[in-house]
Amino acid sequence: MAAERPKMPIESGAPDGFQYMHPTMRRNFGLWKYHERPRPGVLKHVAHSGDEIYTIRVGTARILDVFTLREMTRIANELGDGFIRFTIRSNLEYMVDSEAKVAPMIEAIEKAGLIVGGTGPTITAPSHTQGWLHCDIPGSDASGVVKSMMDELIVEFKREEMPNRVHITTSCCQINCGGQGDIAINIQHTKPPKIAHDLVANACERPTIVARCPVAAIRPAMVDGKPTLEVDEKKCICCGACYPPCPPMLINDAVHTTLAIWVGGNHSNARGKPTFQKLVAAGIPNNPPRWPEATALVKRILKVYKEDAKDWERMNDWIERIGWFGFFEKTGLPFTKFHIDDWRGARNSLNASTHIHF
Amino acid sequence: MPKVTIYDTPMIDELENGEWPSFITAFKRLRDDHPDERINSMVGGLLGQLEHSYETRMGWWKGGTVSVFGYGGGIIPRFSEVAEHFPESKEFHTVRIQPPAGNFYTADILNQLADDWEKHGSGLQTFHGQTGNIMFIGSTTEQMQPFFDKLNSYGFDLGGAGPCVRTAMACVGGARCEHSCANEQGLMRHLVNEFQDDLHRPALPYKWKIKVSGCPNDCTNAIERADMAVIGIWRDEMKVDQEEVKTFVADKGRDYVIDNVTDRCPSNAIKLNDDNTLEVNNKECVRCMHCINVMTKALAPGDDTGVTILIGGKRTLKIGDMMGTVVAPFMKVDTMEEIEELVELTGEMIDFFAENALEHERTGEMIERIGLVNYLEGIGLELDPNMVSEPRQCSYVRMDGWDEEVKKWYDKKAEAATA
Repeated sequence: MAAERPKMPIESGAPDGFQYMHPTMRRNFGLWKYHERPRPGVLKHVAHSGDEIYTIRVGTARILDVFTLREMTRIANELGDGFIRFTIRSNLEYMVDSEAKVAPMIEAIEKAGLIVGGTGPTITAPSHTQGWLHCDIPGSDASGVVKSMMDELIVEFKREEMPNRVHITTSCCQINCGGQGDIAINIQHTKPPKIAHDLVANACERPTIVARCPVAAIRPAMVDGKPTLEVDEKKCICCGACYPPCPPMLINDAVHTTLAIWVGGNHSNARGKPTFQKLVAAGIPNNPPRWPEATALVKRILKVYKEDAKDWERMNDWIERIGWFGFFEKTGLPFTKFHIDDWRGARNSLNASTHIHF
Repeated sequence: MPKVTIYDTPMIDELENGEWPSFITAFKRLRDDHPDERINSMVGGLLGQLEHSYETRMGWWKGGTVSVFGYGGGIIPRFSEVAEHFPESKEFHTVRIQPPAGNFYTADILNQLADDWEKHGSGLQTFHGQTGNIMFIGSTTEQMQPFFDKLNSYGFDLGGAGPCVRTAMACVGGARCEHSCANEQGLMRHLVNEFQDDLHRPALPYKWKIKVSGCPNDCTNAIERADMAVIGIWRDEMKVDQEEVKTFVADKGRDYVIDNVTDRCPSNAIKLNDDNTLEVNNKECVRCMHCINVMTKALAPGDDTGVTILIGGKRTLKIGDMMGTVVAPFMKVDTMEEIEELVELTGEMIDFFAENALEHERTGEMIERIGLVNYLEGIGLELDPNMVSEPRQCSYVRMDGWDEEVKKWYDKKAEAATA
């Protein structure tokens, strides 16, 4: 018997969110008046109609097993109103229409081993990548780095005691899929790729790889009579851009692939324009299973920020006020020649003034 | 007891310590407690391979080509390079699924998704990946089609992967947020659902991401990471409830308001009067949101709302991170006609990208190469001083078409005056 021909997909695209939305939110769509935070992890939104919706925000391991997911849905159905959404940082949110439901839900959520918090001036859940768990080009793990770090920062997830919100991100290669953050822990390769010359011809489209290099350091070559690629190691910036399209350009290295810390990325237009994060520390060992050196550095920066920044100052606002001289002085981090940018547009990052911090 | 190989995992076992929820504990629950032996075994293999990565400090997955009938992308294939040691998880593909706009779910639909994934996959999922997809993580090539067919039958569709229009993202928006200046979820669905063909069949130079944020707080990080950022904004006066202002000042004190509200205004457009009311200079206000964020009861965006479009945001590869920049300072999106105009403009921009970008070049990089003026002229967008932080500063430029350009500007002004 011939196999049944698969059916053509229904190209329905992104589903309508309204069918899964709490009726109070549907009814008051676009008609909200203000919000308050009755306690960390809980938002209270009030509509012009007088309707209220309470949100309980919950930190998770981000990758969920079906048991955890069903425990979360059970809490929604039995104690809440049956509605859930997720923030872009993978926090889970329960929405309920009365204050009376909030406390029993929090009790059940915490009993299930999940963490209520992440609202307002907290260190909210880090956004991160897949890492060794699933990526094909990772220099590190992501879930493990985040789990280890959040074990030590969990109090700041539960309490709203930071100057403003703190977004942390991690990325497992220099493409930095984790995104911009107040603090980013990103892979930094420090050696050019080692090339598996016997595999290049079969695995890679050579002109594409030559074109992929940001600094034109790759050129076609012949090794042992086989077409391959070679890297001008003096020019190479060790970014790893050649590796995804050509796996024989082995960039990941158990010793020389390290971590770097970047600070001051801010997506919001509030106060200043959005900002990109800047390099502050590198050479941090990629040290599983708990990456203690990376967590220690993040905590050191956060401690100074928490003590020194004023209310509403995000990391970038704070540094703008105290200056980079102040940042390196207060954190005690070394300022090296690598902190001075030499990429395109670098001149705009130099100080063409007598605005000097002493 | 099911016959599952339990690999020794001393390193990742360390990640079961501590108070933050542990993904390793979650994996072990699936390995040890799930009734389906297929899941026990597959997640057992995954734990073994992950331990191997922790020991060797290297990743051991490689990509490949897997999709579903009728589509070209949307599945992230993963084949183990150490399958001889961990054969149970030798195929461990991720299915990307487009989430409901605004990331809304009922508990029941989440249970339905979990039930179906449990039948076909590992039982592991993430809400959501960095672009915004639901990620169903870990299954074999043969399970892709039946799993997709099942989800597709009740309204879910595959996400984007590769050089194509990608899964879009919208903030919580009008559903819960008082700052909402647009129907974020509606706009997102209009914009991305029109281009599903370009999403499912990768044929662009590289990716094209759309993100919709309802106000300049930009909670979807659109300016930093989307090729097309659609940001809600207003052009009339912000709303000030002076009684609520007075209550806020009475509660927090004048110093607090001066330090945290008026002094933080980036264009010095807001002033605390002696009688504890606020005075806003709306002509000079840049709609940054800060004062509204601090005083959510007293201050609110205006009523004449629309969207600002910024184009070209992206992350590092290949020429460094780029923010999106303004190509349309304000568009009304209240009526279907106005929304259609935005969808048409999006189509023009995708077409221009398809025809003019080099292979593996993002829109931001293409604009860097050809210049913003060529891009605006190619799309047919009108110039506006809001598109720059400052005008040209170097005199080395050929300007022999100056008079014609000046005439265009005055003609446009005259046309706007009579409209």
